[in-house]
Amino acid sequence: MKPTKFAKLLLLGLVLNLAAVGCHKHTQGVTDIPNGIAGSGTNDLGTTPGLTSNNGISDSPFGGTPITDPEKYKNYSRNPDIFKSDTVHFAFDSSVVKDEEKPKASTVADYLKSNSEDAVEVEGHCDERGTEEYNRSLGERRALALREELIRLGIDAGKVVTISYGKDRPEDPGHDESAWKQNRRGVFVLLTPPTKTQ
Amino acid sequence: MKHNLSALRIFVSLACLAAYPLLIAQEELNVERGYTPGQVKPIPVSLSGFSGEVEQVLKFDLYVVGFAFTEPDAAHYQISGSNNGNVQGRVTDPHNKATPTLLSKGYSGATLRRQAHAFADDIVFAITGKKGIAQTKIACKVLSSSASEGNGEIYVADFDGHNPQAVTRDGTIVAAPCWVPGHLALYYTSYKLHHPDIFYHNLSTGARRIFARYGGSNMSPAPSPDGNEVAMILSKDGWTDLYVGSAGGGSPLRLTKTPQDESSPCWSPDGRWICYASKERERRSLCKIPASGGTPERIPTGGMPNPTEPDWSPDGKWIAFTSQAGGFSICVVPVGGGPATQLVEGEDPSWAPNSRTLIYARRQGGRYVLSLLDVPTKQIKDVSRISGSSNSQPSWAR
Repeated sequence: MKPTKFAKLLLLGLVLNLAAVGCHKHTQGVTDIPNGIAGSGTNDLGTTPGLTSNNGISDSPFGGTPITDPEKYKNYSRNPDIFKSDTVHFAFDSSVVKDEEKPKASTVADYLKSNSEDAVEVEGHCDERGTEEYNRSLGERRALALREELIRLGIDAGKVVTISYGKDRPEDPGHDESAWKQNRRGVFVLLTPPTKTQ
Repeated sequence: MKHNLSALRIFVSLACLAAYPLLIAQEELNVERGYTPGQVKPIPVSLSGFSGEVEQVLKFDLYVVGFAFTEPDAAHYQISGSNNGNVQGRVTDPHNKATPTLLSKGYSGATLRRQAHAFADDIVFAITGKKGIAQTKIACKVLSSSASEGNGEIYVADFDGHNPQAVTRDGTIVAAPCWVPGHLALYYTSYKLHHPDIFYHNLSTGARRIFARYGGSNMSPAPSPDGNEVAMILSKDGWTDLYVGSAGGGSPLRLTKTPQDESSPCWSPDGRWICYASKERERRSLCKIPASGGTPERIPTGGMPNPTEPDWSPDGKWIAFTSQAGGFSICVVPVGGGPATQLVEGEDPSWAPNSRTLIYARRQGGRYVLSLLDVPTKQIKDVSRISGSSNSQPSWAR
């Protein structure tokens, strides 16, 4: 039975009249979140050092370059081992390539310059401390940051593709900072054309 | 101010007393005025004569839309009946001497469970005038086991987790299923072709096709309310940005052009806006942008930091989202402005068609379980495990 408009008005009156304390307040207070920082400009979410103020992304002239269609490298051989020691690690919630990590990108760039038929796929990964789609986008953002670095080092943009795994493929399944540190990473996977001999 | 309120109260009391028998609408959530999330008292009802699965289903279905169970003499409504063979029942209002019976109905066919769900919906409609959700569906991501290299499948099920059906059998990474409103169809991301691509999957025919396979990652598909367009996060132009593509294909429109990571788009029910999670400098925020392009506006989530994974309620009034500060919590904020309310621990909420119940995921050990939250009363129930070890990224069919 649908209520009539009159009944609704009466309901309003009844509610006003019998209302518990809360109804007269304009708004309910926002519940305090432990460790939360309301209105803060920084992501202080616990154990990591603060984010740098200039994340370098917006200044990069190497960002925003279109990425090659996945069909192009579909049949290339994938070698995830050759650059294993060049896996780049990131700070929490960050896609900034730290200065101390940049030599790894140089190593990859040098190899590609010497092997001009090859391409590289950059994988972006996250630790578990993020929601799934946020992490998928952040992982991609990390891969893109490394791609920009490679382009800056002179690699043809068409030779670098990206893929995000979000938090789907942790390096370390643990639930502490030592594991998370391992998982926030960019991985370089060499792509070699099918005709090339190893 | 106080004087005026007193006078108003007296007038209203008299008016109310005179018309008390007409207050069947007492339980209607006063949507015109809005409500304070988590602060609304559940409607007390009694349940008698039912047993076994039918009783369980009725209790579950009513609880997650804001009812609670009491003895008959404390109940605003009495629900009675039986399920010997088939479900039959009635709803009576003990305070309405003139016309006490709101509903009297028998059910047949299908299973007792389905009959019970149908009865639950009829109860909700009889008492509140609102459509129930007991016969709706959800989709989610299922991880087979914790050591599966992130591989999983897309499943659909009843909203309570029963009757699970696998949508995919690919043994690959899948993510972010999202229903086409009003249709038995889903979009989702799958790595089936060794690359994150967005698929469209018709659940009536079982046919699926690639919707977006651009360079980079194709993520977080969200079809528009009329199903004609799909919002998504693409990195094909070198940055993770928000795009809108026609469901029929063709070059998508780029809505954002920032080096920052946008994520998780969702539509306003009138199809005019897309809300998404964004990042400006170091600060995460929710934004909305006209679906045809334009300037984004921030949606304040006052005090709830690091908002992500928004979902816009079907009635247009609320945005549910995940806030992260140490842990994760489900929050809601009124679209028109106002404080955000933190409700429960969890992430990735999706609204039911009734704009009051949410399904979300919460962490339990190393995996996710799905739960339902009635936003007005803050009543919660876990959804039955659909399959595998971890169920996450729920999407409610609307």
